[in-house]
Amino acid sequence: MAVATPPAAAAPQPRKAAGGAFSWSVPLFLGPAALLLLGFLIVPTIYSLFLSFNRGRGGEFSNWVGFDNWVRLFTQDPDFLRLGFPPSGALWNNILWIVFYVSLTVFLGLLIAVMATRVRYEAAIKAIVFVPQAIAATSLAIIWRFVYSPDDETGLLNAVLGIGNVGPLSLLGNPDTVNWALIAVGIWGSVGFATVILSAAIKGISTEVLEASRVDGATETQIFWRIIVPMVSLPISVVAVTLVVGVIKLFDLIFVMTDGGPGTASRVIAFNMYQEAFPQGQFGYGATIAIVMLLLLVPIMIFNIRRFRATAVQQ
Amino acid sequence: MTALADTTVRPQPRTLTARLARLAGRSPTHVILGVIALVWLVPSIGLLITSFRPSADMRATGWWTVLVEPRFTLTNYDRVLEAEGMAQAFLNSVFITVPATILPLLVASMAAFALAWVKFPFRDTTFLIIVALLMVPVQVGFIPLVAGFRESGTGLLTNYGAVWLAHTAYALPFGIFLLRNFFITLPKDLIEAARIDGASNVGIFRTIVVPLSVPAIAAYGIFQFLWVWNDLLMALVYAQRNAIQPMTVKVTQLLGTYATEWSLLAAGAFLIMVVPLVVFFSLQRYFVQGLLAGSVK
Repeated sequence: MAVATPPAAAAPQPRKAAGGAFSWSVPLFLGPAALLLLGFLIVPTIYSLFLSFNRGRGGEFSNWVGFDNWVRLFTQDPDFLRLGFPPSGALWNNILWIVFYVSLTVFLGLLIAVMATRVRYEAAIKAIVFVPQAIAATSLAIIWRFVYSPDDETGLLNAVLGIGNVGPLSLLGNPDTVNWALIAVGIWGSVGFATVILSAAIKGISTEVLEASRVDGATETQIFWRIIVPMVSLPISVVAVTLVVGVIKLFDLIFVMTDGGPGTASRVIAFNMYQEAFPQGQFGYGATIAIVMLLLLVPIMIFNIRRFRATAVQQ
Repeated sequence: MTALADTTVRPQPRTLTARLARLAGRSPTHVILGVIALVWLVPSIGLLITSFRPSADMRATGWWTVLVEPRFTLTNYDRVLEAEGMAQAFLNSVFITVPATILPLLVASMAAFALAWVKFPFRDTTFLIIVALLMVPVQVGFIPLVAGFRESGTGLLTNYGAVWLAHTAYALPFGIFLLRNFFITLPKDLIEAARIDGASNVGIFRTIVVPLSVPAIAAYGIFQFLWVWNDLLMALVYAQRNAIQPMTVKVTQLLGTYATEWSLLAAGAFLIMVVPLVVFFSLQRYFVQGLLAGSVK
């Protein structure tokens, strides 16, 4: 840019444009965003952190209680975390979700992406698994409540199981099965996302590499695990991180499908936060859970900042 | 395939045996993909059919029996729209979603422009703060904001104000991030040339950056539109009056009243889905772009 600058006369103008002088357009462009981010994200976050040391019952913030909320959350609230064998509670359920939902969604997404590249109806199959992405979790939850309905004249799953003389089962009504039934729905809803992103990555693998390994006698299973998986490991990690963030924020599906039940068996952190804060009116306790959610997301925050620091400075 | 590994066939595996081997090797793929297609389609189709079945039929037999005795009605939609207030809730969803899409588009693209093309102190730090804010969950705002709105006496929780503002603010980090990363890919020469010609930042933003960034802005717009339309949680917290609640909240209320009235619930669930499905099938390209870009949120 400096190369194109004619000397003398035009010099002040480009210098200003290049950022030497303060421009009044900066507050104009950034002002609205800055106000909203400060007022709705930054200040409330700090305020929530303070409120986690307050009883805050029903919106009355005069009773400072030190670490009471924090101690109660981690040691006296079986709905949040109950250690034992097997452990239970919302935090434990989130861990189950992270382990099983994330890994199976990635695995199935990759499998479908790989298989789809070999058939002519690739676009159709990708669209079919992708459609749940467009649907509200509320609708998705009703679709699956209906499938899981314990009445085998209504629920598709029990009708199918009935053919083999199994059931009828109430998967959502049983504390031992409810989380697995919900995780299955979560996978159903998210596989399309993984498929579309990983499919784009797989297209980037050179066909020569694949052909060469086939010629060398590699089986399709070997090609999948030893060539495709390693070559798309970066997009896999991006998908996995996105899904983990989704699990920590997971709310709508649980609220509509089970309302955290039976009892409190299928609660997750975001559900507890809502439940304690609003129906129960325990604002201080709710704020504590919100801060726990934020803390769980901090490692990903740091990961993102590291990832984008380079690009920010580059420009 | 291993049978083909002898030298004579290798350069050209297009013999009859090769083709048969490939077909045999592929049929499991077709079977598995067929099963996957069924598992992904049948649950939704079942609910769609149920939404058109008379509720007496729904109680008596499974939806799959329509294959032998098809009998359909629009009564469920009629009832859910009129008697159960889904028509009003549909309008509420529109009233919530349209401003909550346009506002963040405007505010985010302005901020993204400044971060991409106007130099100011701590610009890179500002951008990294935006990246950090991507991970702030909506929950940390709930209690301070609800308490604040209540005390303010502005009635924002019972008109659309709170839900618009909250959706806008929480959409900004992602919007600014996405659009800034798109804006910096625009040709530098073009913008510098406009500056030398004396164009102001506002002029450059309006006449160069926005027109050249329509695909990115559209992708973000669709993403945000669907996000707000499909949202339940923010509406539960920030829209605290029946008359302004969107369809997602209305359907969860129906669920509380009619837990096994599947034909009614199915009609409600599909009314929520109609708009996103139309958007999805008509703007699939932008939609997928927005989604791919959204994989950082």
